[in-house]
Amino acid sequence: MTDQTPVLRLEGIVKTFPGVRALDGVSFDVRPGEVHALMGENGAGKSTLMKVLGGIHAPNEGQIFVGDEAVTMTSPKHAKAKGVVFIHQELSLADELTVAENIFLGELPLKGFGRVDWGKLYDDTNAILKTLNVGFDAKTRVGDLSIANQQMVEIGRALTVSPRAVIFDEPTASLTDSEKVVLFQVIAGLQEKGVGIIYISHRMEEIFKITDRISVLRDGQYRGTLLTAETNEDDVTKLMIGRSLDLSRSEATHELGDVALEVRGLACGSLFEDVSFKLHKGEVLGFYGLVGAGRTEIAETIFGLRTPSAGTILLNGEEVRITSPIDAVQRGISLVPEDRKDQGLVLGMNCRDNMTLPQVDDLTAGPFVSDGAEIAIFDQYRDKLDIRTPGWRQTVGNLSGGNQQKIVIGKWLSMRPNVLIVDEPTRGIDVGSKSEIHNLIRDLASQGYAVIVISSEMPEVLRVSDRIVAMFNGRIMRDFTAEEVTEDNLIQAISGISEKVA
Amino acid sequence: MTLNKQDIGRLLAKQGILIAFIVFMIGFALANQRFIAIDNIAGVIRSSAILGVMALGVTFVVIGGNLDLSVGSMMSFSTIVVLDLHDKIGPALAIPAMFALTLCLGAFIGFLVGYLKLNSLIVTLGMLSAIHGLTLTWSGGKNMDIADKAGTWFSVFGQDRIMGIPVPILIFALLAAVLTLLLSKTPFGRKVYAVGGNGQAATFSGIPRARVVFYTYLISAFCVAVAGLLQASRSLGSQNTVGQGLELEVLAAVILGGASLLGGSGTVFKTVIGVLILGFIQNGLLLVGLDFYVQYIVTWAIIILAVWLDVAAKRGRLWSPIA
Repeated sequence: MTDQTPVLRLEGIVKTFPGVRALDGVSFDVRPGEVHALMGENGAGKSTLMKVLGGIHAPNEGQIFVGDEAVTMTSPKHAKAKGVVFIHQELSLADELTVAENIFLGELPLKGFGRVDWGKLYDDTNAILKTLNVGFDAKTRVGDLSIANQQMVEIGRALTVSPRAVIFDEPTASLTDSEKVVLFQVIAGLQEKGVGIIYISHRMEEIFKITDRISVLRDGQYRGTLLTAETNEDDVTKLMIGRSLDLSRSEATHELGDVALEVRGLACGSLFEDVSFKLHKGEVLGFYGLVGAGRTEIAETIFGLRTPSAGTILLNGEEVRITSPIDAVQRGISLVPEDRKDQGLVLGMNCRDNMTLPQVDDLTAGPFVSDGAEIAIFDQYRDKLDIRTPGWRQTVGNLSGGNQQKIVIGKWLSMRPNVLIVDEPTRGIDVGSKSEIHNLIRDLASQGYAVIVISSEMPEVLRVSDRIVAMFNGRIMRDFTAEEVTEDNLIQAISGISEKVA
Repeated sequence: MTLNKQDIGRLLAKQGILIAFIVFMIGFALANQRFIAIDNIAGVIRSSAILGVMALGVTFVVIGGNLDLSVGSMMSFSTIVVLDLHDKIGPALAIPAMFALTLCLGAFIGFLVGYLKLNSLIVTLGMLSAIHGLTLTWSGGKNMDIADKAGTWFSVFGQDRIMGIPVPILIFALLAAVLTLLLSKTPFGRKVYAVGGNGQAATFSGIPRARVVFYTYLISAFCVAVAGLLQASRSLGSQNTVGQGLELEVLAAVILGGASLLGGSGTVFKTVIGVLILGFIQNGLLLVGLDFYVQYIVTWAIIILAVWLDVAAKRGRLWSPIA
């Protein structure tokens, strides 16, 4: 593997847009059989770089080499013909078509009179699926597959040519831990064949587990390449954000208050059952489990989006019936939803209007919304959460992921909730904002807020929670205090290995 | 800074309608001096008032993320009903009765689209036909005329002037002002934008999405009732098909004004601008000596242009190889 010609080499790539230097002299190479991480905060230029590689943007300066050949990519198809293929973060599959049709979309094998050669199509597809070692066949409808298997189809697409370099963009964003293992096996398989991999991710654990080298971008500039074996998270973070992060758990000692929320024997059809827990004021309760374990569904039930089939909910000791989000909002329950773009924000609306949306009925002077009252709330939470925006008139869709998430948190925090539920608080946002949000959640607890944090990321749950509820298959398996939890017993609990402890 | 091809594309995409409008206006003014005469301009505004009043209501529906194709046939219904009841129960009772019946139609559509969550295109297209049938049933297919045209005060809404200004213009302006306040200043208006911009996020914010959509159709029906009143009062007699085809002109005006068909954007003021653009272009076509029928073709072309520019403004250029 040493001293071979790189499969892909970038030299001094510059890309400017009116008023912005999106890429400013980016150079690095990918060697055969190497997994090369590309890291950087949101807006650092990763996506622009990928678009240059895929021929969507032409670079203003610089040169791309595939092997020894200098190439100017003109389209993703051209890039693919050159052996450079992309596995996108957002799946671009046609649900109604079969696996085979998706994999060979746009290049179906033909026989006479323009008819599709179905036999060859299915044979070729099954050959590819075999190398991926998956449990479905060429004729399966893509819409019937799990997200993880759909991702395998997306990878299968890349394998219709013999790729020289494969670029993975946040491939694990929607995968469970066990599904990740399968993905990593596929990547290892590609490595053995001498394919170079560019791996884009925010997740440090993965980066350190599977990559050989790490290249870092900041503000469009290439900041350097590190050997993974010789570096650590702190160094990479410093390179990415220009400072180091305090990742330790802030152990602010504070007294727990009364029980804010109690749930007894809650069930919702086949989604979850027999869910009971107590949440105190000043406490962060973490919900950890695999995707599909029922965590989000519990939150949605408490928030009135689903109707429970059994069980009771008590707020401040009083039994309540919550039949809609309107009820929940009135009773002081706030939910920062899982999907900030679809559920959390109206992207076309400005920052202030988004933030005050749930309480706009109360911010009135006469029949009209009071500008002053709204701006006061916006200013207060912009300062409190350190939201970086040019002003309240800014359209939310133009903010970075981290700032968008803070707007959603501000929106619900400004309701001064009795119970704040945060579902996947840091999904898809960069490490800098991530740690700010973690600190914020700890601060809220010390101010006496009762907080539930739902997360698929173990370090996150371990870092912010006072207690952790481990879920498996719609049931609470175990309830840990921060002192007794370890990575091992938590993994056992969410895999259904340990016995249920009442 | 010199303009390159991309900048021109972006400018056209963003301000294309306005630029096209200015070019049209200059062309018309050069072709016929009368086009910019005060009485012609007042005449255009006056004859746009009925369309304009309907467009104000549809603006709410469109911002809320839905369509209303039933307004044309609903306006025929209102006109026929108020004319018929005028001679039967007198104008003082006929007007509130007509408003009540029209609001019932709006409530029915609002129920289907809001609470039952049916597709608004299908529901209002169906209602276009159903209400037409209802109108014909009511009138027995005959034209409706007020018997004593000279002796009724009912003509004030469509024919009188107050301080020299035609009443339809006053009503249009007043309604536009009230609805501007409702849409841009009240919590309800904010919720309309939220529901149209992202219905799921609105639900997650504790906003009663179904109720908000329901109210947008009630507002639309109210505006249609006002338009029907103006129409009936102006002509004091009417065919069953008086509002036929207006739904498309109304939609054209709303889109011309810049409301997105996807919902979540637009304002009452912009719709008024859209109405005036449409009115002046149609008037200009007549003044340069083109056949009345040409305006149908031009209106259609304008709708297509407006929709194209709406999409182009979103992607920042006029044409894109990727959808």
